[in-house]
Amino acid sequence: MTTATRSARPRHVLRSILRRPSSATAFGFIVVLLFFAIAGPLIYPHDPEVQDLGNRFADASWTHLLGTDEFGRDVASRIIQASRIAVIAPLISVGVALLIGLPLGLWAGLRGGVVDSVAGRLADTVLSLPALVGALAIVAVLGPGLVNAMIAIGIIFSPGLFRVVRGATMSVAEETFVGSAVAIGSPTRRTLWVHILPNIAAPLLVQVTILMGVALLVEASLSFIGLGVQPPDASWGSMLKAAYTNQFHSPFSVVPPGIAMVLTVLAFNTIGDSIRDAVGLRRRT
Amino acid sequence: MSPGSAHSSFHVRWTEVAVSAGMVIRRLGGGLLVLWLVSILTFLLVQLIPGDPAEVIAGENATVAEVARIRAELGLDKPVLERYFEWFSGVIQGDLGNSLFTNRSVADTIIEAAPPTVVITLASIMIAVVLGVTVGVFAGLTQGSWVDRTVSTFATLGIAMPSFWLAMVLVSVFALANPWLPATGYVDFSEGFWEWSSYVILPATALGVATAAELARHTRGCVADVLTRPYVRTARARGASGTWLVRRHIVRNAAIPVVTVLGLQAGRLLGGVIVVEAVFGISGLGSLAINAVLQRNYPMIQGYVLFSAVIVVAINLIVDLAYGWINPKVRTA
Repeated sequence: MTTATRSARPRHVLRSILRRPSSATAFGFIVVLLFFAIAGPLIYPHDPEVQDLGNRFADASWTHLLGTDEFGRDVASRIIQASRIAVIAPLISVGVALLIGLPLGLWAGLRGGVVDSVAGRLADTVLSLPALVGALAIVAVLGPGLVNAMIAIGIIFSPGLFRVVRGATMSVAEETFVGSAVAIGSPTRRTLWVHILPNIAAPLLVQVTILMGVALLVEASLSFIGLGVQPPDASWGSMLKAAYTNQFHSPFSVVPPGIAMVLTVLAFNTIGDSIRDAVGLRRRT
Repeated sequence: MSPGSAHSSFHVRWTEVAVSAGMVIRRLGGGLLVLWLVSILTFLLVQLIPGDPAEVIAGENATVAEVARIRAELGLDKPVLERYFEWFSGVIQGDLGNSLFTNRSVADTIIEAAPPTVVITLASIMIAVVLGVTVGVFAGLTQGSWVDRTVSTFATLGIAMPSFWLAMVLVSVFALANPWLPATGYVDFSEGFWEWSSYVILPATALGVATAAELARHTRGCVADVLTRPYVRTARARGASGTWLVRRHIVRNAAIPVVTVLGLQAGRLLGGVIVVEAVFGISGLGSLAINAVLQRNYPMIQGYVLFSAVIVVAINLIVDLAYGWINPKVRTA
């Protein structure tokens, strides 16, 4: 293939991630995060929802590795509990973005025409709004809450994904093998599945990985200003909000949820960069 | 110079002017089209509320009269198209409607809330440009050294760090642990420069660091690229000094990533400032937007969304024009 879209076979991509120490570490971190999210209740050192009002704002100790919060709850356990939302939230928003951006991008890239120009204009329009402002506007319609916030973020992400898919599809569709497949009568569905999708998987994967990190940040922002996760559920963003309210009592409490968030975003970014390099895409400058 | 060549260069300049004027008009038209589409989407926001918008906005405990008042206020009893045209003709005259709660003009409320937000955003851009470009040029000039590696590490971290978390950490260190700077609030410039800047510096830094990190990365890449160019190698071979190289070739070329990154980061800054303001308890556009969403004050939300879109479109236009100014090759694009 001549274009930058060298095919992204899962094994090839995984091997290239694991070859580099930085991205291997990042990958390991995400695996641990997934384990925490799934196995949460089995590995909490304490019940994250049990309050111990006699032991508020305790410092880090062997019983409470990261101390306790304003209700005397164990911070380490709450970080683990909140890791569930750190996994679910980006999955929902990127899923919504894919659901909108992928089919439209494929259609626009292959067929052009009205769908292309209308979707392209709409994409320009949505992209002219700052992500958080657009998300705020959509949350204003749907009402606050985690799922609504994540859908809002997904809608805001979809134009970016649409553009990536459209661009990649157009460049693959120009390749001779696609032309020959169509010429010998390959039905559109088959052309899409067999020829187009595997060849746009690489740029798509890069974009999706990076968006996971961004989604986590936007979710945390929305939860921090009270429009995302609602109590008693905990996300790292809502934990930060609580920690911030009590910052005068315990300045350290803003550190653990923040570090968890930074490391997760860093892991997604590192993996995204590494896939981009592995499949020979140029970094966007 | 022969008269002929003078004539032709004059000629070329005129076509160039025509081309760039054409580009300005085209870009302006594109921007206006986007803004018009944004106006349709913002108008539709109220339309998309599940159920009866007036009842949803009024809340569960509202009286029938209150619901009726909101319905009339939003003109919900009229057909959609008629309502859009009424609303839109107001918008182009700068009338964004009235707040559902205070009954004050949305446009006035936005303009009153804007100063702290504008100041903090501009200050964060300044911090980002100074910090990002300096650090990026150093890293680019010393590729592979420990300086370069440290800069790369910090840049990667800075990009992954949410600005509102950085804001909290800064408050912890510079306001709570050491009482050097105020932890919350904002004062007007009329209170004196030092007083004013003591309130601006922490929020602006928190907001600007990620942009600085992004700028440092791009500037580094650009400097590294410029250093491989033949004209720089020639200049070096001729014995040109490092400072001269930096001034003559590198700073000029670094203007391009600065413009690119600022264009790309405009949206992130405008979104980020909402949350950073919340951390510092500053009542600017951020708190206006958050309250509008919590109270379902739709005219205010619509006004705010339109206002943000106008700013982003304007910044993109400026960025496009700046490209043409920095690099004449782009003018025809």
